[in-house]
Amino acid sequence: MVRVEELTKRYGALEALKGVTAEFPPGKVTAVVGPNASGKSTLMKSILGLVVPSGGEVYVLGEPARKNPRVREHIGYMPQDPRFPENTTVREVVRWIEELRGAPKLDLDELFAYFGLSPHLDQPTRVLSGGTRQKLSAVLAFLFDPEVFILDEPTAGLDPLASSRFKDRVAAERDRGKTVILTSHVMSELEELADRLVFLLEGEVVFAGDLEELRERTGEVRLERAVARLMEAS
Amino acid sequence: MRGPVYKIFKYTLFDLLRSRWLSSYAVLIGLMTAGLLYLGDDPTQAAVSVLNLVILVVPLVSLVLGLMYHYANRDFALLVLTQPVPRGSVFWGQLLGLGLSLTGAYLVGVLVPFAAFAALGMGAVDWPTVGMLLFVGAMVTLVFSSLALYLGVGNDERVRALGVAIAVWFVLTFVYDSLLLAFIILAQAYPIDRWVIGLSMLNPVDLARVLVLLHLDTAALMGYTGALFKKFLGTGLGTAAAVFALVLWTVVPAWLAGRVFARKDF
Repeated sequence: MVRVEELTKRYGALEALKGVTAEFPPGKVTAVVGPNASGKSTLMKSILGLVVPSGGEVYVLGEPARKNPRVREHIGYMPQDPRFPENTTVREVVRWIEELRGAPKLDLDELFAYFGLSPHLDQPTRVLSGGTRQKLSAVLAFLFDPEVFILDEPTAGLDPLASSRFKDRVAAERDRGKTVILTSHVMSELEELADRLVFLLEGEVVFAGDLEELRERTGEVRLERAVARLMEAS
Repeated sequence: MRGPVYKIFKYTLFDLLRSRWLSSYAVLIGLMTAGLLYLGDDPTQAAVSVLNLVILVVPLVSLVLGLMYHYANRDFALLVLTQPVPRGSVFWGQLLGLGLSLTGAYLVGVLVPFAAFAALGMGAVDWPTVGMLLFVGAMVTLVFSSLALYLGVGNDERVRALGVAIAVWFVLTFVYDSLLLAFIILAQAYPIDRWVIGLSMLNPVDLARVLVLLHLDTAALMGYTGALFKKFLGTGLGTAAAVFALVLWTVVPAWLAGRVFARKDF
C-alpha cells in the first residue's frame, strides 16, 4: 500500500505536481497515465525519494517515506531507461546490490533464467542492449521480493517472450497481494495488467478509480478511447 | 553488518583502482618526481621542485579526475539511490573513495622515487621535508577533490563544470598571486602584512606553499607570504594556522556539496 498526500513539486517556475493525493492499494495494479510532462515520472520518483517533493507526504506501508530511506527495503523499482556502472558485469551489479540490501529472498539463478539473462552474466553492462538492461533491472526489482513495485515503462525494449513473461510475473505478484504502480505508453498492456487508473494532467489528478468506473464514466469500452475521452474533456 | 557509507566507499575505491586514470596519475607523479630527483644534485632542492609541481599539477588533476569520476559514476549513484540507503551515505562514500584514492596515487608517486633514491644509496634524502611534501600534497588533493564534487554535484552539464574547474584552478594558481603581489606593491606604504597573511589563507594553493616553506630555510627566497607567516606567526603557529585553513578548505566545500546533494532531484 502506497499513499501520497498533497504532494507538490516545483522546478523553479514550473509546478510539476500540484497537490496530488492518491492511493495505490495492495493486490492491485494501478496504472499512472497522462500526457507527456503531466508529472508521472515526478510522482513515481517522489515515492522513491529520487525527487525531493516541495510539500506533502508519501506513505509506504503506512510509514512516512520522506527522510526514511529504509522504506525502500519494501520497494522494487524499474526505471524507464536503466543504466548501470559501465565497467561492471551483470553478476557484479547484482552482487553490489546484494551487499546493500542483504541476502536475496528469491533464487537468483531462477530469475536470471526466467528473464533470459543467463547468457549475459559475465558481460560488462556497457555492451548490453536496452532490452537486456531492462531484464537486469527486472531481476533486481523482483530479487528481494518487495511489497511494492514501481515500474516505469518496464516493457519498453523487451522482446515479446520476455515481455509476456514479465507481465505474467507482475500479475502473479499482484495476486500475492503486492502493490504495483505502473506507467506505460502501450494502452493494450495497461488493459491487460491494470486494475486501477490514476490519470494525471498538468500535475493534477483528473481521475482515480477502477477501470470499470472509467468505462462507465466515459462510455468507452476500450481503454485507449476512454483515456482519450478524459484528455479531451479536461 | 557494515554501514552504507563504508559499502559505497569500498565500491568507489574498487572501481577507481580498476580504472586506468588512477594508475596513470601515480605513474605521472612518479616520473616527474624521479626526473627532478635523479637529474638534479640536491635532494632538498628536488623536494622544493616537487613542491612547485604539486602546486601546479595536483589541483588540476584532482579537479579534472574528480569531475570525470563524478559524471562517469552517475549511473551507479542513481542505482544506489533507489536502494534502502540514506542519500548522505552515497555522497560521503563517494567523496571518501575519490579523495583517498587520489591521495594514495599521489603518495605512491612521490614516495617511490625518493625511497628508491635512498635505497640505491644515491644520496641523503631529507625525510622531514619529504614528509612535509607528502602531507601538503595529500591536503591539496583532498581540498580539490572536495571542490570537484561541489562543482560536479551542482552542475548537470559536465562541460560547464569542467570549464569552471579549470577557471578556478587558473585563478588560484596564477591570477591570485599576481593580484596579491600587485596589492602588496600598491599598498607598500601601509602596514598590510597581516592582511597579506589573511588573503593568502583564502587560497589553498598559497597555503600549501607556505606550509612547506615554513619548514625550509629557503623561505625568504621562495616567496613573500612564506616569509610573512614565519615572521608574524613563527613556525609552530604558522603551521597550525595553515593546516587549519586547509582543513576548512576541505570540509566547507564538501559540506556544501553534501547539502546540494541532499536536495537534488535525480
